[in-house]
Amino acid sequence: MSPRPTIENPPQPERRRLLHGAAALVAADWFALASGCASPASGRQTTRADAAARSAAIDLAPAEFALVNRVSWGASATVAADFQRRGRSDWLQSQLHPGTNDALPADVATAVAAYSISTAPFEKLLADLDAVRRDSDSRAKAAEDDAARQAAQQTYQQALSKVAREAASRSLLRALYSPNQLREQLTWFWFNHFNVHQYKSNLRAMVGDFEDRALRPRALGRFRDLLIASATHPAMIRYLDNEQNAAGRINENYAREVMELHTLGVDGGYSQKDVQELARVLTGLGINAGDKMPNLRPEQQPLYVRQGFTEFNPGRHDMAAKVVLGRKVAGRGWSEVLDELGRLAAEPATARYVSRKLAIHFAADTPPPAMVDRMAVAFAKSDGDIAVTMAAMFASPEFAPTLGRKFKDPMHYVISAVRLAYDDRPILNTAPMLGWLGRLGEAPYNRQTPDGYPLDESAWASPGQMATRFEVARTIGSGSAGLFRVEGASVDGPGFPRLASAFYYASIEPTLGAATRAALDRATSAQEWNAFLLSSPEFMRR
Amino acid sequence: MQRREFIRRTITSAAAVPLAAGSTALFAAPDAPVRVLVVFLRGGYDAASLLVPVSSGYYYEQRPNIAIARPGTAADAALPLDADWALNPSLRESILPLFLKKQAAFVPFAGTDDASRSHFETQDTIELGQAEQRSRNYRSGFLNRLATVLGARDAIAFTDQLPLIFRGDAQVPNLALASLGRAGIDGRQSDIIASMYSGSSLAGAVSEGFDVRSRATEALAGEMVEANRNALTAKGFEGEARRIGRLMRERYHLGFVDVGGWDTHVGQGAGTGYLANRLGELGKGLAAFAEESGESWNRTLVFVVSEFGRTFKENGNRGTDHGHGSVFWALGGAVRGGRVAGEQVAVSPQSMFQNRDYPVRNEYRAVLGAVFAKLYGLSAAQVQSVFPGSRPVDIGLV
Repeated sequence: MSPRPTIENPPQPERRRLLHGAAALVAADWFALASGCASPASGRQTTRADAAARSAAIDLAPAEFALVNRVSWGASATVAADFQRRGRSDWLQSQLHPGTNDALPADVATAVAAYSISTAPFEKLLADLDAVRRDSDSRAKAAEDDAARQAAQQTYQQALSKVAREAASRSLLRALYSPNQLREQLTWFWFNHFNVHQYKSNLRAMVGDFEDRALRPRALGRFRDLLIASATHPAMIRYLDNEQNAAGRINENYAREVMELHTLGVDGGYSQKDVQELARVLTGLGINAGDKMPNLRPEQQPLYVRQGFTEFNPGRHDMAAKVVLGRKVAGRGWSEVLDELGRLAAEPATARYVSRKLAIHFAADTPPPAMVDRMAVAFAKSDGDIAVTMAAMFASPEFAPTLGRKFKDPMHYVISAVRLAYDDRPILNTAPMLGWLGRLGEAPYNRQTPDGYPLDESAWASPGQMATRFEVARTIGSGSAGLFRVEGASVDGPGFPRLASAFYYASIEPTLGAATRAALDRATSAQEWNAFLLSSPEFMRR
Repeated sequence: MQRREFIRRTITSAAAVPLAAGSTALFAAPDAPVRVLVVFLRGGYDAASLLVPVSSGYYYEQRPNIAIARPGTAADAALPLDADWALNPSLRESILPLFLKKQAAFVPFAGTDDASRSHFETQDTIELGQAEQRSRNYRSGFLNRLATVLGARDAIAFTDQLPLIFRGDAQVPNLALASLGRAGIDGRQSDIIASMYSGSSLAGAVSEGFDVRSRATEALAGEMVEANRNALTAKGFEGEARRIGRLMRERYHLGFVDVGGWDTHVGQGAGTGYLANRLGELGKGLAAFAEESGESWNRTLVFVVSEFGRTFKENGNRGTDHGHGSVFWALGGAVRGGRVAGEQVAVSPQSMFQNRDYPVRNEYRAVLGAVFAKLYGLSAAQVQSVFPGSRPVDIGLV
């Protein structure tokens, strides 16, 4: 059992329990409008409505609001109420140790459960898609003209795209509505850390499983487990070409990236020779989507390993001795692969590199070195326990001053806006969000290169990107934008969202600067007011 | 650096460089800087269908179904350029006239030393333009390094994301013209939003963002007026290219755009068909860009690249697979055109790379480094900062 991290519990600032008179009236008006729009209650919606009703009493101090806004995918009345009910220490514990219950709203859970990625196991899904591919290919061969040939090929491409869209949708819905916000943020972080690109080969069929089964269950667990789960998933094996890596025909792609991007970091003290030697260690780790075992000599057969579509083929493995990072590695096969990945995970350079990257995502583009040091110590002492490492960051005195200053990347921007807009009424159609993320340049699973999307402000705050962000703000502010439109239905949702809620007046307004308040006062409609709030400099940061 | 300063520097440095005969037109209007647009054909276009090696029997032997007929032998035959090469017939109205005006040149056997045949890896290789054998820095594309060297603030990517080629130290905006609708935010709202950022670190980006938008909208408005008058609506890449032409004529001097749809594994067609249609659209777009550029076309270079060429032999699906050497295009008044440029080899079984693809004899960093040096009057050190470790080879493109 892992040691429970301890969180410092700083003195709670006195809460302002009462709303100011005028603001409370306005808030009540807006709130009444918003409630009037909600549809009659299912059991779940009653719970949500209760949570929303509690928001009248939510009164987070600015520092608390900032913390909730940072740990979650964006502050909302629901998460703020949870924070207020539990208190800082308990709430952080619940985020660091979320258990297995996703507790998604019933409508959302039902929608996700109906996806093909939820109803069929990954291996069956891949096998089915392979059948579609063979069928498409044979129809393409038999086709009489080029147009028919193209159409036949498209059937397979569309089937692949559907699977990837489902995965992206599930991921966004969890980010929007799971109470386990830190796990969902870390799931995105780890996918980005171990990035694969959906448009290589058939990876569109694999990204959902990579995220859901390899990374998400371990998001707050041990780094070594994350590393091995990523290394042995077909998505990674295919993306970084380790399936091409065999004794005598070395492909260094994965070996290089696992040291440069996943563990030690580019300045982590390894050489080109280490890359070559690690590539030899990794020979034989590949994919086998068929039924047949490869032909092996009798003495090799006991060394063969198969887990799902992941295969270790001793016939392709280099059994000679290697030297990696100055250590001698005997040629043993599968255990050699796992042991070497484990050693990389345990390197001091890895503790520093991973801690710093977590700090860049969760605190600042240039994180305070003292905080990163504390995290790296916690990482090393806990055998790479991510919950412990994160707890060390939250407990660092350098953490609080970073709150409210980190520029939101497009994922944070879009998700936080939709969370704020539709906290009490879950959206069911993520297609508009995927469109916005595409326009803003950060669509799920769509980073081509293994380094993952950048985490710093300079990558996202270019003039064109800011202008697009304001357009998205306007779109979200002025209507439901298709977020409630389910397939086959012509009706969309409840008009435009009511951002000027009780939660806004109690927790957000106090954090706004004079220029933003003045701008909001110039709004001529509730929709425009929404657009200005979502365009404000305060809303660009977390 | 301000625009005026940039212009001055360009002129001063240009004046310091001895100009090759024929390229003086470049600097005819000394108050206007050179314009460069890089067009990336993503997917690896089949270069042998653009620049057809009509003197090669091997070509016709290897492509029984998809070869383009020798000039004069069919309605959709290739358009002759010289004794060895002819142009895809879909470019008759667009690119051929530029070639005849000596404003278009083609560089066969062009590309990179990257033989991975991976779209992504080779696209990255080209966009990053870094020395080989070194760990890649995905935050440093060669057009960004060029923009940095030029000290220019007038570079732009006409894409929905900032591409690798423009990542780096210089802040470069991006604007997707293809999907640009009418701005939902009006002038009053822009002013109010900008007022929230006044004095903040993002103030410049916010106001420039609105500025980029409104310029694009203006360009769009003019287009609509003309469309009504000429009863013309530009679709697809042509429409996008017109907008790029307008924006680059007015303001931006270093641009990038990418065009997809070239990965023709299946049914690519020959003198007509899928690929010919795609090339036709591209050609129309580039000709429209030239038209919109107006007088500034005389100081413009459009450079068209793709990550690799395709297999020389057709595959079993009347298409082609990932290959190696490509054909790059250079268009514009700044170009010494009307010819096929660079080092050449005979198109024969003996000259194929790994027995299957066009070889690369004109490495793009070497070629472009020399082109930039001449166009902008860069020093050897400046060329090295754009393409570290490269050895510029002047093939006389400008």
